[in-house]
Amino acid sequence: MASRIDQEQVQHVASLAKLSLNDDQLKYFTTQLDEIIGLFETLNEVDTEGIEPTSSVTDQINVMREDVADNWGQSKALLKNAPDAEKGYIKVPTIIDESED
Amino acid sequence: MNYFEKDLTTLHDDLVAKRISVTDLVKATFDNISATDPELNAFLTLNQDAALKKAAEMDEKGVDADNILAGIPLAIKDNIVTNGLTTTAASKMLENFVPVYDATVVKQLNEQGVINVGKTNMDEFAMGGSTENSAFKTTKNAWDYTRVPGGSSGGSAAAVASGEVIAALGSDTGGSIRQPSSFNGIVGMKPTYGRISRWGLIAFASSLDEIGPMTRTVKDNAILLSAVAGHDDHDMTTSTKEVPDFAAELNDQTSVKGMKIGLPKEYLGEGVDQDVKDAILAAADKYRELGATVDEVSLPHNKYGVAAYYIIASSEASSNLQRFDGIRYGHRSKDVKNLEDVYVNSRTEGFGDEVKRRIMLGTFSLSAGFYDAYFKKAAQVRTLIINDFQAVLKDHDFIMGPVAPTPAFKIGDEISDPMTMYMNDVLTIPVNLAGLPGMSIPAGFAKGMPVGMQLIGRPFDESTLYKAGYVFEQATDFHKQTPKQGGNN
Repeated sequence: MASRIDQEQVQHVASLAKLSLNDDQLKYFTTQLDEIIGLFETLNEVDTEGIEPTSSVTDQINVMREDVADNWGQSKALLKNAPDAEKGYIKVPTIIDESED
Repeated sequence: MNYFEKDLTTLHDDLVAKRISVTDLVKATFDNISATDPELNAFLTLNQDAALKKAAEMDEKGVDADNILAGIPLAIKDNIVTNGLTTTAASKMLENFVPVYDATVVKQLNEQGVINVGKTNMDEFAMGGSTENSAFKTTKNAWDYTRVPGGSSGGSAAAVASGEVIAALGSDTGGSIRQPSSFNGIVGMKPTYGRISRWGLIAFASSLDEIGPMTRTVKDNAILLSAVAGHDDHDMTTSTKEVPDFAAELNDQTSVKGMKIGLPKEYLGEGVDQDVKDAILAAADKYRELGATVDEVSLPHNKYGVAAYYIIASSEASSNLQRFDGIRYGHRSKDVKNLEDVYVNSRTEGFGDEVKRRIMLGTFSLSAGFYDAYFKKAAQVRTLIINDFQAVLKDHDFIMGPVAPTPAFKIGDEISDPMTMYMNDVLTIPVNLAGLPGMSIPAGFAKGMPVGMQLIGRPFDESTLYKAGYVFEQATDFHKQTPKQGGNN
């Protein structure tokens, strides 16, 4: 059976999802994803001509509320969960890679 | 505390009459947990100090006689955020995450005096059907420690079934309350989409996720649903419909006489164990005996549910889980040279294989060139599945069938084969796609392991399911059987 997704496509999908796969994982996931996408393709048996797609089953439509700012005063507590913080800011590593010139 | 001999009503009476103090009840619950949990592994985090403190405060001011949940110790699935108490969703990504607010359901329970004893194990981010996808530990089935408890709310199910606690909250995106309830012989309700606020439920698939109660009896389940249901300004998908006092309708007068029940032929088809079929057919006879009619119906698109679900749920997950980027909270990789490394290495280290698999499936299904063939197609099939249910429920009060095709399987047996694992959800998934209420109640045993029956109702008609479940429960004794300590039956 022709494969539905190849290693190159899986690598591309992983990079879109900000995931990195080593060679072994790439093989392993490609086999599995191919099998699962095969399952997805069974939907081609269903005639969906003219059928509206459903994206939500809530009984609420366009719930509106006043646009009011609400200060929870929780910034200190929130920053406790940040991996790195300083002076009330979240700290991230240098954005420009300095290891390559 | 022997919770097998209690329900919420009798416990409440004991507390009000001061036959037991809240403090002693909470201590006894932690005694249960320390006796059973080192092997069972239902809990990820215990809330002992805060629970005892709250118990002492309640004893001081007295238990509210009008509030049935006052002073009741309860367990909460670890994807429901609890202020000040570590909430991990069983992921390394959130190993050290301490929420700064309570989920709406937790707030509601706290206000009613419930005491949170701890957070239960689950499949990472609720993705899985065996709790083996937890990054931290493998929970066992309360009836047989060599078997899975089901998932993803496996910790909650095992904690209730083993008698550690009287009740727990779970969440259900494709069967995650009902299937572990079935595997452990307890009552689990996935209410109608919009019945309970999802605010503070760590999002997996937002159009499918629903919180629900897991208990040993139908009435306890009904009590708990009334306590956590209702509109919430923080979740715009919650319904403004009034929440009935579900338990008030369950008494000697409750009956299924004249009710019309549909039994879909697809639910007793290929792949469903003979023992499971036998239990459901016996339950159908029981309902006939009790005055209902049961006739065969068809849900022709049911078999496409699994494919549609894994496209839709994975797509929503790939979007929801983008927030885990290693910046504001959650795991951040130490191995970074630039911002891209922060994203990629944090996510690669923080997520387990099943989560990665679903993120990639979702990213693929939504990507340019594939969207119409996969996501849109699945959303159209979802409409057809909803139409199937509507057609049957137009002239049937509810639908009955199995919850899962088999009883609990052995730990390790299916974890390396995602396709087999996904197919276990074939009978629960369509209910989430349609947003309907679905409940699992004990309906028999297969070689010593519990078999659950699923009751599926019209939108916002949990009431009929509770009545039908209650009547069945009163007429049978499956729910009275309990696992032996140590999980060997």
